[in-house]
Amino acid sequence: MEKSINIKLRVWRQAGPKAKGGFETYELKNISTDSSFLEMLDVLNEQLISERKEPIHFDHDCREGICGMCSLYINGHPHGPDSAITTCQLHMRKFKDGETITVEPWRSNAFPVIKDLTVNRNAYDQIIQAGGFVSVNTGGVPDANAIPIPKKDADEAMDAASCIGCGACAAACKNGSAMLFVAAKVSQLALLPQGRVEAAARAKAMVAKMDELGFGNCTNTGACAAECPKSVSLANIARLNREFICAKIKD
Amino acid sequence: MWLINSSVGRKVVMSITGASLVLFLLFHASMNLVAIISEEGYNMICEFLGANWYALVATAGLAGLVVVHILYAFILTVQNYRARGSQRYAVSAGQKDVSWASKNMLVLGVIVVLGIGLHLFNFWYKMQFAEILHMSGVADVDIAKATDGVYWIKETFANPIYVVLYLVWLAAIWFHLTHGVWSAMHSLGLNNGIWMKRIKTISCIVSTLVVLMFASVVVYYFAMSLCA
Repeated sequence: MEKSINIKLRVWRQAGPKAKGGFETYELKNISTDSSFLEMLDVLNEQLISERKEPIHFDHDCREGICGMCSLYINGHPHGPDSAITTCQLHMRKFKDGETITVEPWRSNAFPVIKDLTVNRNAYDQIIQAGGFVSVNTGGVPDANAIPIPKKDADEAMDAASCIGCGACAAACKNGSAMLFVAAKVSQLALLPQGRVEAAARAKAMVAKMDELGFGNCTNTGACAAECPKSVSLANIARLNREFICAKIKD
Repeated sequence: MWLINSSVGRKVVMSITGASLVLFLLFHASMNLVAIISEEGYNMICEFLGANWYALVATAGLAGLVVVHILYAFILTVQNYRARGSQRYAVSAGQKDVSWASKNMLVLGVIVVLGIGLHLFNFWYKMQFAEILHMSGVADVDIAKATDGVYWIKETFANPIYVVLYLVWLAAIWFHLTHGVWSAMHSLGLNNGIWMKRIKTISCIVSTLVVLMFASVVVYYFAMSLCA
């Protein structure tokens, strides 16, 4: 059933990393409720271009919820008011006719704004580079079923591995903490025998990098897990704490 | 030193000091219950825990725990505020699963500290501290009532203002503990998907138990003063 709504968008505009930003309000008419949030932004950008104004910069790539590129803090929620989806999967039917929608970039000291709604999420890549991998010597490919893994562990590792590294956890956290991301990346490997070999060094290296990059200290509010588009569980943070504490005690 | 330099380490310090303080509260609250059961029994405890060396050592240890817990709380809060960045969100909505207490631990903690200040003035200053002063040779200290805990309870809770202040204080402690207890276990790594609901329930039970035990003494002695 095709329906269209008129909305007002309050969008954060910022010319560059050092520039002072502020909100601009735009009116949009006849937006189909079947369109996604990003398609609505495309419509707005077409409108801005036709008016010879600078379009709004925002991150996006796959537009099917798997790449982790889209961000946006919409009406006080990362990835918008709906749960367990990314912004590209958010539809305009979640908004009311005549509603004013506030769109902000991720706000975290470790995610500086590049322009408008795009932020630099390189910090997450640096944390992965610090230890989010398994070292494997080249050679023959081992048989996938050579090491038996309990179904429960495999499922838990897979759930942790569903993290797409979008940054919503750090954006949602009142402490600007990246613990859910780091916990997911540590857990997905710590749960499997292949990842156990380097588990202690990994937990230490990744937490050290996270702290160095200026992320905050986790206080277990649970806002990260509540806003995570992939529903990564808060229990992973307990596993990271466990891995880290055991590694430090062994030293 | 990882307990100072790493974020997880700092949370471990918060957890261990916090959990120890909860154990102290359980100990303290169960002794207070004695005041309802037997006044003489309560005064015996007061004598036992007066200015004796073991009680003084324990008090000093307790003060150390409190100082570390508060010091870390402020350091963590400042670091977390900075981590969020100078530009704050214009619109911030809450989440269903996020408790109010978890986002206001510092504010609740400040109320708890103010309450501790009042409590030390009402009781400790007139009891253990008076004994210490007396022992160190300060002449004009009256220690006749220094171990008469029931007298001070009656004196304090006959005043409705103190009753209200103490109940507000206890409410703040309840909120602080509902998040604090399970969060401490979580920070120490003692949690998983199955235990998440269990430790949150344990947290609720422990904090309710502690607060009910303390509040019952306040309410009981206020009611007694009304009857008298």
